Amino acid sequence: MSIRPEERVAAALARLILDPSAPPARHIAVGAASPIPAAACWLVRKQGHPVRLSLLHKRSGNPFTEGSRELFDLTGQGRIDLFFLGGGQIDGQANINLVGTGEWPGTGVRFPGSFGSAFMYLMTPRTILFREEHSPRVLVQQVDMISAPGVSPPAVFRRGTAQALVTGRCVFRFHPDRARFALESVHPGESVESVRAATGFDFDAAGTVPETPDPTDAELALLRGPVCDEMLETYPEFCARVFGRRHAA
Amino acid sequence: MTPISLEAMAASVPNGALVALPPDNSLPSVALARALIRRGARDLKLLGVPVSGFATDLLIGAGCVVEVETSAVSLGEAGFAPRFTAALKEGRIAVRDATCPAIHTMLQAAEKGVPFMPLRGLIGSDILAHRPDWKVIANPFAAGEDPIVLLPALSPDVAAIHGVMADEEGNVWVGRRRELATLAHASKRVLATVERRVPGNMLEDERLAPGCISATYVEAIAVATRGAWPVALLDDYAFDAAHVAEYAAMARTEGGFRAYLDRHVLARQAAAE
Repeated sequence: MSIRPEERVAAALARLILDPSAPPARHIAVGAASPIPAAACWLVRKQGHPVRLSLLHKRSGNPFTEGSRELFDLTGQGRIDLFFLGGGQIDGQANINLVGTGEWPGTGVRFPGSFGSAFMYLMTPRTILFREEHSPRVLVQQVDMISAPGVSPPAVFRRGTAQALVTGRCVFRFHPDRARFALESVHPGESVESVRAATGFDFDAAGTVPETPDPTDAELALLRGPVCDEMLETYPEFCARVFGRRHAA
Repeated sequence: MTPISLEAMAASVPNGALVALPPDNSLPSVALARALIRRGARDLKLLGVPVSGFATDLLIGAGCVVEVETSAVSLGEAGFAPRFTAALKEGRIAVRDATCPAIHTMLQAAEKGVPFMPLRGLIGSDILAHRPDWKVIANPFAAGEDPIVLLPALSPDVAAIHGVMADEEGNVWVGRRRELATLAHASKRVLATVERRVPGNMLEDERLAPGCISATYVEAIAVATRGAWPVALLDDYAFDAAHVAEYAAMARTEGGFRAYLDRHVLARQAAAE
């Protein structure tokens, strides 16, 4: 069975979660429409790392007993270490736009809305930005509107920002000191040039950029076995499509 | 507490009311939304607690709504909410974008009876720039510079929720969805549809009491079997993904939406709810 793009991205996300240079990820929260980040978190867990996972839309055994506000109360206290965010648009300063394009509140394309991003992005020590679609319409020079800013003035209380941006083409690291992304690795079939052509913002890149590594056999075995087992209830379509497994109703 | 009919409950909601609805995973009364459409409600303002889903799109499409305050509107796996998007584009509704913890915090302020509460984050977001009712102040307790946002208390006119069961006293069991308790405490009126009635008083049962909204806050109960449908009701029944996908496809056009309303809302008798 060949490696699926979703499996490669999940393994890349898992390595970012475990990055020793980043603040520790003891408690990770994962939002609703995030099967690949959820798979990455489960992979970390199934590798034996003692991480607490709070999957917001897990139907049975939802982690919160105080309703949906508990996630935000935990995050306000600094007790959620890592969160994932996406965006209808993401720009070169790591600003994210979940509102829409055109004039406020989305006279061009209206996206669903900001959810908790305007709070989570500032209050979580690290955020991994994730968006499968890597195109100039998503990765833009400047977002049309800011749901949550990538960087803040020094006086504004903020625990962290983007650690990285992972797409279907590559992995970018974010450098908040200069508010720029740097290309860390490209997925197979991509190059610095192809990534530049598909990206609306300018970014830094070394002379040679490595390829995003394949998942190891051990990682693949975990993803296709115990990780898939955990995800079947919440993400049945994803598990059927990527792992070829059906939830026994 | 004697239950009333669903249609009587809908009739008690005045045009122009601010109606709070939980999202699709947290016990919205879709039955009451359908009954409001049947009664021809107008000029409602909807509050997503803290986001909005199927019932909100239905009410907007039926022309019952002038304003939505929410952190997002979505049909989940079925994608964007088509009638919300169309109404926004055509300028038929005002949209006040928020962010989830801000809505919880505004309700918590109302629950405590204080005029405002602070919340971290938000600074630098265009949401804040478009909310003149949200203020940034200097933290009066900080030694250095520390701007922080203050949010006004928000007290919905009506909270429209669907509980699993109501007892003879009017206590309503919602399980672990405790944000509904905050919503109930903060709202002027709680109108609860429920799957079923149970005898006795659930507050006398230690296992059930923590999942209850006390009758103190509940104005009226109406029995509406499968009243959350097509969204899920805890472990009673699952999200009807096929139906919501069918809705999303039909509601892409005004004509398709009308056909959906005729088939699934207007033709539905109150007794069938």
